[in-house]
Amino acid sequence: MIVTYALIFAFAAVSLSLLLTMIRLVKGPRSGDRILALDTLSINAVALIILVGIAGATQIYFEAAIIIAMLGFVSTVAVARFVLRGDIIE
Amino acid sequence: MSHGILDIAIAAALVIGGLFTLVGSIGLLKLEAPMARLHAPTKASTLGVGSILLASVLYAYASGAPSYHELLIIAFLFMTAPVSAYFIGKVHIHLGQNRKPLPKPARDRLWATEAKREEDTPSVPEMKADA
Repeated sequence: MIVTYALIFAFAAVSLSLLLTMIRLVKGPRSGDRILALDTLSINAVALIILVGIAGATQIYFEAAIIIAMLGFVSTVAVARFVLRGDIIE
Repeated sequence: MSHGILDIAIAAALVIGGLFTLVGSIGLLKLEAPMARLHAPTKASTLGVGSILLASVLYAYASGAPSYHELLIIAFLFMTAPVSAYFIGKVHIHLGQNRKPLPKPARDRLWATEAKREEDTPSVPEMKADA
């Protein structure tokens, strides 16, 4: 029972933090803030998918979580490198 | 009785994870300087997601099918967080989004991140003759 309430709280907190990160993504004055907001967005998405996996008591969401974590890192590095150099692979 | 303790541990990990994820995003939205904003979501990426993944491991253990592969995501996030933070800090420095310019380095001629491409890649002589 206590786990259910904690799960509801964690869902609310992670969803709210996704919304706040989205505000920074739209607002962010320069491109560095937008890259940072995208990175935080992917990390929060990993947390949300793991919470969905706990709520459904299944293990099949683990692969989705690890793929989003990897793609988030790679896309962060790629976008930062594109902003810095104007090219991703030189 | 031990099941109750495990439930409390799962609930505590979930609450701590949710709180730190929220704190990271509030800091990302509220802080003023770009480098301060870079510092805020590290709480979300280490302690926040780490606690939620730990809750997932504990929940799988409590439900009778223990699985530890969430620790893989924790290890991956802990390894990649400094690298992406380094890249974003470099974007802040090079696009002039930093609040102050960098101070003069103590011994070197210039900062490594501002070195020219010819200087930071030591070139092999025959490759240089080819180019």
